[in-house]
Amino acid sequence: MRVDLSRVLFALAALALVVMVVLPLGWLVVTSVSGAHGFTLENYVTLFTDATMIRPFIITLGSSAAVAIACVLVAVPMGWCVARTDMPLRRLVRILVMASLVTPPFLGAIAWELLAAPNTGFLNQVARAAFHLDRSVHPFNVYSVAGLTFVNFLYTFPYAFVFVANALERIPADLEDASAILGAHPAQTAWRVTLPLILPAILAGALIAFLQSMTVFGSAAVLTLPAGFHTMTTRIWSLFQFPPKPALAAAASMPMLLLTFALLRAQQLVLGRKGYALVGGKGARRTIARLGAWKWAALAFCGLVLLNAIVLPYGALLDAAFVKIAPAVPTFTNLTLAHVNFVFFQLDATPVALRNTMVLALGAATIATALALVVGYLVARRAVPGWNVLGFLANAPIAIPSIVLGVGLFLAYTRPPLLLFGTLWIMLIAFVTIEFPAAYQQLTAVASSIHPELEEAARLLGATPLRVLRDVTAPLMRSGIVAAWCFVFIGAIREISAAILLFTAPTRTIAVVIYDLNESGDTGSIAVLGLLLMVVTFAVLALANRVPVITTAAEEYRA
Amino acid sequence: MLSKLLRLACRAAAVAMALAMLAPVPVSPASFVVPDVAKAKAEGLVVFYTSVDVSVAERLARDFQSKYGIKVQVERTGSERVFQRIGQEMGSNLHVADVVNTSDAANFLVWKNSGWLANVRMEEIERYWPPQFRDRDDTFATWRATLSPIAYNSSLVKQTEAPSTWADLLQPRWKSRLVKAHPAYSGSEMTANYELMKAFGWNYLQKLGDQKVMQVQSSTEPPKVLSRGEQPVMAGGNEYVVFQLQAQGSPLVLVYPPEGTPFETSPAAIFKDAPHPNAARLFYQYLFSKDTQQMLVDFGGLRSVRAGLKEPANRIPITRIRLFHDDPQGVLKTSDEMKTKYAQYFGT
Repeated sequence: MRVDLSRVLFALAALALVVMVVLPLGWLVVTSVSGAHGFTLENYVTLFTDATMIRPFIITLGSSAAVAIACVLVAVPMGWCVARTDMPLRRLVRILVMASLVTPPFLGAIAWELLAAPNTGFLNQVARAAFHLDRSVHPFNVYSVAGLTFVNFLYTFPYAFVFVANALERIPADLEDASAILGAHPAQTAWRVTLPLILPAILAGALIAFLQSMTVFGSAAVLTLPAGFHTMTTRIWSLFQFPPKPALAAAASMPMLLLTFALLRAQQLVLGRKGYALVGGKGARRTIARLGAWKWAALAFCGLVLLNAIVLPYGALLDAAFVKIAPAVPTFTNLTLAHVNFVFFQLDATPVALRNTMVLALGAATIATALALVVGYLVARRAVPGWNVLGFLANAPIAIPSIVLGVGLFLAYTRPPLLLFGTLWIMLIAFVTIEFPAAYQQLTAVASSIHPELEEAARLLGATPLRVLRDVTAPLMRSGIVAAWCFVFIGAIREISAAILLFTAPTRTIAVVIYDLNESGDTGSIAVLGLLLMVVTFAVLALANRVPVITTAAEEYRA
Repeated sequence: MLSKLLRLACRAAAVAMALAMLAPVPVSPASFVVPDVAKAKAEGLVVFYTSVDVSVAERLARDFQSKYGIKVQVERTGSERVFQRIGQEMGSNLHVADVVNTSDAANFLVWKNSGWLANVRMEEIERYWPPQFRDRDDTFATWRATLSPIAYNSSLVKQTEAPSTWADLLQPRWKSRLVKAHPAYSGSEMTANYELMKAFGWNYLQKLGDQKVMQVQSSTEPPKVLSRGEQPVMAGGNEYVVFQLQAQGSPLVLVYPPEGTPFETSPAAIFKDAPHPNAARLFYQYLFSKDTQQMLVDFGGLRSVRAGLKEPANRIPITRIRLFHDDPQGVLKTSDEMKTKYAQYFGT
C-alpha cells in the first residue's frame, strides 16, 4: 500500500504549531493564576484595580485604534494610486513603502527623537527659526502619546498598504468592466464593486495595524520613559525588573489576548459567508485609471507620507552617524568618524550580533514560511478535521505581546527536557512563533483567493494533496510565498521584545545592542549600527527578490 | 560579631587541621591569589558584565587585550538589568559571566549571600584599599566610584540663574527643564535617590516628580542630554560622564550642593563558577592595578578610592566635597519601596 506522505507531513506541521503556541500560552495561563499558595485571582484583581495598570491599558487601546484608522486612511488611497493609476514614480513609492516596512520601530523612534525632541529636534529648530518662536515653544513633541502614535503609524501603515495594493492588483478587470457596461459611474463602480472586493484586505490591514501597535515594544520603550507614561508593553517589561512579577505580567497580557481573538472572530463574521476567490483558471487583466493633472496631487500625497516615514528619519540618522553631537547641522568642524570607528573597531558586540541577527532572520523566515504554507493550505481548504482550531492557533501568537511570549518561552525552555535558554535555538523558536501569523495570514489570504477548481482538476488526475500543494497551489502562490518570507525576515530583523528577555551574551542581536546603547544615550553609535542593519537587510531582500520585493500580479502574468 | 567569631574559629580549625596532618607546606590563610598568566592565556577570554559607560568599558577591554592577548567580552547595560540577568542566568544554572561590576553595591550583598561570588584576596587591594571599600571576606571591592551632583549646560543657563541647592530644583522655573536617570535601571541613581530620600524624605522625591522631569534610563545619559541641549539642568545623573564631555569641549558645569552630594561606590567581583576562572583572576587583578585606576580617573572621569592616585587639576578633590554616605544595606532594604514610590511620583 502506498503511504500518503502528505498526511504525515500535515500531522507534523499541526503538531509543531500546537507545541509552539500551546506550550508558552499554557504557561502564561497557569502563571497568571498562580500565587505563593497555589491558585489565586489576585493578579487579575490587581490588574483591574491598580491605576498604574489601567492607565497604560487605556492609552494603548486609544493609540492603537488611532494608528489603525490612520493606516486605512493612508494605505487605501496610496495602494490605489500605486496599483491602479498612472501616477508617476509608482515603483519608487513602492520601494520606499517597503523601506519603511523594514525600518524597525525602535530605530524610527530614535530617529524621530532627533527630529521632534521638544527642544533640540530638527523640526522644532526649523519651526522656531521660521516663525521666530521662543525656545520655550515646542511645536512638535515626540515624547507624548501623540508622538508615539505617529511613529507607530509610520512604521505600521506599510502592512495595510501591502494588503490593499496586492488585493487591488488581483481584481480582474471584467467585474469592473461589467459594472461600467451596465452604466455605472466610475465612482459608483469603485464604491459598489472595487471597495467590497478589497474589503477583506482593508479589514486585515486595519486589524494588523491595530495589533502591531498594541504589542509594539521598541518604539514605546524609546519614547514613553522620557514622556513619563507607560503602554501595556513597557508596563509589562517593568514588571520584570527586580523583583520580577511574572504572574502579574502574564495576567496583564490576557486582556490583549482576548481582545485579539474577539477581533479576529469579528473579522471572520464580517467576511465569512462571502466568496472572495479572485484568481480562477481563466486569465485576467486590470484597468489603470488615468489621473490627468491629479496625478501630481497623488504623488504629493504619497511623497508627504514617505517624507515622514523615510526621508526625514534616515536623514536624521545619517546626520547623527557623522556629527559629533546629534542633532546638529553638519559643518566642516563638527563632522567625525568617531561613531563609525567605535561601532566597527571598538564595540566588540557588533560582529557577533550582526551574525546572530542574520542567522535568526534567515532561519525564522524559511521555517515560518514553510510551516505557514502547509498550515495555511490546510485551513484554507478545510483539509483536516479541527482546521478551525489550527487557524486559531496560527493566529494566536499575534495576540501575545512578544515580551510575554518571551516569558512563556523562558519558563518552558529553562527546564528539562528542553534546556534551550542561552542558545540561539530558543531565540529561533521565539522568532518563528512571533512572526508566524504574518506568514500565515499572507498565505491564507492568497490561498483563499485561488479558486479550488485548479486543485480539483489535479486531484481528479490522481495527485495526492501534497503533490497538489507542490505542483499547483504553491506555484500559483509564488508571489505570496516570497512576500511571506520577506515579512518574516523583516519581522525578525525588527524583533526586540522577546529577544530582550531571551538573549545571553553570545546570542544577542543588533536590536538588543541598539536597545542597550539607547539606554545610555549613545545616539551616534545607534545611528551607525541602525544604518548598517538596514543596508544588510536590503541586500538580503534584494537577493530574495530577483522577483521584485512585492511582486505585482501583473508582472507575474506577463511572465 | 557572631559571624566574625565563627570565621575566626573556622580559620583556627583549618590551621590546626593542617598542622595535625603535618603537611610539608601548610597553606597559610594569609596567602594572596596570584593569577596564573599562562592558564589565563590558554582560556583566552574573559566575560565582563558591567554598567560602566560603554566607552570606558571598551577602552579597558582594548588595553587588557593588548597587554595579555586575552579578549574581553564586554556586556554593558544598566546595573539593575545586569542584576536581573545574573539572577535569570544563575536561576537557569547558566554560567556566562566571569567578572561583574555594577553601581548598586547592594547587588553584591545579595550575590555574596547567595554564595555566588569567589573569594579573591589580592595583595594590591589589601594594601591600597581602605577597609570600608572592600568586603572583609574578599568577595568584592570598590572598583570605581562616582558622585551624582547637579549639572547644567552653561550655553542655556547663566551661572547666576543656575540652581545651587537640591531645594532649588523644586522651583517652578525648572518645571519641564530637568533630566534625570531612572532608579529602576541605574544602580547609581538608585543609590543617589536613596541618599536624597534619607536626607530630605520621600516628600522631596514626590515634589521632584511634580516637576515633569524628562526621564532616561542610565545615569550616563543625562550628561549627554545636557550636552545636546535637549534639557538645561541635570537633576540625577553621574559626574564622570560630565567630566568626559567637558574634556570634549561641552559647556557643562557641575554644582556640588552645600547640603551634600550623593556618592556611589561601584564594586567588582568574580563569580565562583566563572567559565574562565584564570582569565577572570588576571582581569580582576588588572581592574585594581594602579594603571587601570589612573585610567579610570583620567580618561573615564571616575573617582577612585585607591590610595595614591593623581586627580586632574581641574576637578575638585573628593575630600573637599560634602558627601552623602552610601549605605548598601539601606539601599537593599528600601529598593522595592523606592521603585514603587518612584513610579507613583514620576509616572514611570
